[in-house]
Amino acid sequence: MKPAPFNYAKPSSVDEAIALLGGDATLLAGGQSLVATLNMRLSAPELLVDINGIEELSGISVDGGTVRIGALTRHRELERSEVIAAQAPLIAEAVPLIAHPAIRNRGTIGGSIAFADPAAELPACLLALDGTVEIAGSGGRRKVSAGEFFRGVYDTALEDGEMITAIEVPAAAGNQRFAVEEVARRHGDYGMAGVMASVTLNGATVEAARLVYLAAGGTPMLAEGAGAALAGNAIDEASIGAAQSALKDDLDPFDDMNSTAATKLHLARVMTERALKRIAGA
Amino acid sequence: MPDSIEIPPVVVTATVNGERVSRAVEPRMNLVDFLREELELTGSHVGCEHGVCGACTVRVDGTIVRGCLMLAVQADGAEVLTIEGLSESGEIADLQENFKTRNAAQCGFCTPGMLMTAAELLAENPGAGRTEIREHISGNFCRCTGYQAIVDAIEETGKNRGEK
Repeated sequence: MKPAPFNYAKPSSVDEAIALLGGDATLLAGGQSLVATLNMRLSAPELLVDINGIEELSGISVDGGTVRIGALTRHRELERSEVIAAQAPLIAEAVPLIAHPAIRNRGTIGGSIAFADPAAELPACLLALDGTVEIAGSGGRRKVSAGEFFRGVYDTALEDGEMITAIEVPAAAGNQRFAVEEVARRHGDYGMAGVMASVTLNGATVEAARLVYLAAGGTPMLAEGAGAALAGNAIDEASIGAAQSALKDDLDPFDDMNSTAATKLHLARVMTERALKRIAGA
Repeated sequence: MPDSIEIPPVVVTATVNGERVSRAVEPRMNLVDFLREELELTGSHVGCEHGVCGACTVRVDGTIVRGCLMLAVQADGAEVLTIEGLSESGEIADLQENFKTRNAAQCGFCTPGMLMTAAELLAENPGAGRTEIREHISGNFCRCTGYQAIVDAIEETGKNRGEK
């Protein structure tokens, strides 16, 4: 058998799961990254805590101006949700780019956020939407903003013995526009470059722009310089060019087997232009 | 952790291709290995074993999953359908016929996974165009056909179903 031996527990509540997390235990949500690492023995915990039986972790709801997405919500549910399409269109646009149908049927938003792959779509969405992560631990629950949650490659603000219970993002406002642009070698592969753009407009003028890039550093990368270059201006050739120029300092891509850092920066600029032009034309 | 530690087996009871089965297995056993080794349903293939190739695609509770990225213990209480059950049901007889006619299977290794995956698309959206078909099967590797014949077969099946 491929994975190293482990014990298995399937708690039915968050409290039960937390109680099991002491020691060398790993949470199993959708398993679409974890089981692969188990198969390759890159990960070999003593205990696997399967949270798929915890009902309170599923489901999408809207409360006032906040969209709450349970940690165990599958990518496929996000893809098909009318609430997500209407209230979090950035997520609706990004989800079909995640892997393939058989993987989206199992993979969960909580798992993707906790794994924190800097090339993944949902962590970048969460940061672009300035969302929050709800975390449970033995001391109760706390909320951490996306900006504070992602710390490095696969590194987050989650402490030992904690788990994500939900993700919250602000519901889309009427003057907000969103666009996702990504380039991958094959549909469903991790992006070589990509931007999740959330732009707040006042008429034709940009009030605020949160452009978050994947595969552009150790975490999803919020381009503050590009956002500042757009703020107060209309989206036109000049402001797009200024935003593109700012990316040199905003982003910190690294070489990998697919492309060099320079290629990724170039692609990020191309994605930026596409996203902003689409937003301006909408 | 060494292989030598003792892990008590866990009883998995599931409905596989309409039949209730129960086996005591180690928690670390993948669903596809459970199907192949415990139940001798060898139609689901084991390729990359880390979720990339799609050869192990099976249906669990109505949706397709990677049999190598789900543990057998996670299928406890679930309805599992493999290519054997899907073939016997007749649900994809037309698709299988088109695979034959168009030579969409060469070595045949990817074919069960391709059929499981295409079945889901055809059930949801028989009118899917070639781009949608290619996106839908993007997680299933074929190393022989170049995909063209597979896309042809799926497209043809969808068109025929739409006309009925």
